[in-house]
Amino acid sequence: MTSSSLTAARTGRRRWPWGVLLWPSLLLLCLIPGVLPRLLAPLNLGELTAFDPPLWRLTLTHLGLVALATGVVLGLGVPLAVAVTRPGRVALRQLAETLVGLGQTVPTFAILALAVPALGFGWKPTLLGLIVYGLVPVVSNGIAGLQSVDTSALDAARGMGMTGRQRLLRVELPLALPVLLAGVRTSTVYNVGTATVGAALGAGGLGEPIINGLSQQNTALVLVGAVLSALLALSLDAVLGLFAPRT
Amino acid sequence: MIELQGLEKRYGDSFAVRDLNLVFAEGELTALLGPSGCGKTTTLRMINRLIEPTGGRVLLRGQDTHTLKPETLRRGIGYVIQQIGLFPHLNVAQNVATVPDLLGRPARDTERRVDELLDLVGLSPAEYRFKKPAELSGGQAQRVGVARALAADPPVLLMDEPFGALDPLARDKLQDAFRDIQRRLKKTVIMVTHDIDEALRLADRIALMNAGELAQFGTPDDLIHRPASDFVRQFLGEDAALRQLAGRRAADFAHPGDPAGLPTVDAQLDARSALGIMLREGADALAVTQAGESIGILRWSDLQTIPMQPPISIRDEVT
Repeated sequence: MTSSSLTAARTGRRRWPWGVLLWPSLLLLCLIPGVLPRLLAPLNLGELTAFDPPLWRLTLTHLGLVALATGVVLGLGVPLAVAVTRPGRVALRQLAETLVGLGQTVPTFAILALAVPALGFGWKPTLLGLIVYGLVPVVSNGIAGLQSVDTSALDAARGMGMTGRQRLLRVELPLALPVLLAGVRTSTVYNVGTATVGAALGAGGLGEPIINGLSQQNTALVLVGAVLSALLALSLDAVLGLFAPRT
Repeated sequence: MIELQGLEKRYGDSFAVRDLNLVFAEGELTALLGPSGCGKTTTLRMINRLIEPTGGRVLLRGQDTHTLKPETLRRGIGYVIQQIGLFPHLNVAQNVATVPDLLGRPARDTERRVDELLDLVGLSPAEYRFKKPAELSGGQAQRVGVARALAADPPVLLMDEPFGALDPLARDKLQDAFRDIQRRLKKTVIMVTHDIDEALRLADRIALMNAGELAQFGTPDDLIHRPASDFVRQFLGEDAALRQLAGRRAADFAHPGDPAGLPTVDAQLDARSALGIMLREGADALAVTQAGESIGILRWSDLQTIPMQPPISIRDEVT
């Protein structure tokens, strides 16, 4: 560690990471009406008429779906990871790890299709799919992070008179946070991609131009959806990276 | 101060600790000594109820510890472990402040207390307060560990092989530093160790354990000169008396006297080496000097009785 970074860590000040702004600003640029069609025109892939609903609205719907899913995933996944890593629950932990691993092997489309009979078309089955899929990295990283907490720190915490809850909040979760956050980041970025599939169920979002483009054999339209969701994923990844503690 | 009455820990059919009766006197450092697997750590952890006994009682100032909430009990007892167990995400000051925070002491008082304690364990507060545990050496980290255990000023300190993971040099320094701290604070300390030298060096009393039972309880002199069994004699070794000297400074044994014509030794030299010099020089007394000046003489016969307190006070080197 260099002396300058030490000083920065001590005073709590950080240099503002300007690089983070790259992807969000590119995304905003592409959302200005007319910019994307003009950029794609030289490729001669197809006609792009005015978008209805406008692209920014599709992006917001998409972002909203992903954010809601991430919120629910955090609300379910973190307590689940905590619950199965308490002492004396080895069997439960293994079960959770197996189930979560299984969740990853089921194709997204299958989850979505299975959810439709129960929840109907629209954003609800999509949200369910995103939650099931998003839980995987959060739960497995949460378990890994909590498991990796130094046992001697926990012994000291217990020996000094911390209750189970205090150990969790003051020691275990802060120490598991970097690994957990990496899981949240993965989950969110995956779900930006997964949410495009939701358009097939009528959830809206950036999957809409992709699906319309496919049915109209208009590659440019497909490209619009793909470029925007990729930029959204990169933007979220960059922003979430800000929360990762530096060592 | 702390009394163990018929304390027992059984796992299935085997006893980790069996019918242990001991009284730890107030203000004394007692070493729980013994080979690995003798039950010394189990005993220590039953005192702050990190392990629940299967039989018997632990009395703390006459009160059965079982009547207290474990967390309340533990907040009143300092705890130091070999692996140190500092919280890596918190800085030194926050680590030291752990128990005062748990007890809800005012932050301003705790801040002052943290600085006091860092001074006490020989770390400059200005330099170390904001360091993270990862930036500390093993010796520095365990100094913080000791400061953290003392933060809420508990009357009792439990130490589980506190200096066992340190390199020999750091261990010596920290043992010296801790002995000085203990002389000043007079805590009731129970220290688990398998290191005979450490026990002889630091302990007022030694409880030697074997296979879950007490083999002998007494002062280091008792164990060396009046071993209760062959096990005690064998465990301490035939050179136990020499090892005891190795943990003391020549100055600890010095008495006023005429240094004229005697070979000189430095006050900081250990007493075992001083004895070696006597044998080499064929002398039965040495002049003990500090910074070139004589502070007393050390006779052959002085070495036969180990003083608990140095008769002549000397300036301690800051380590």
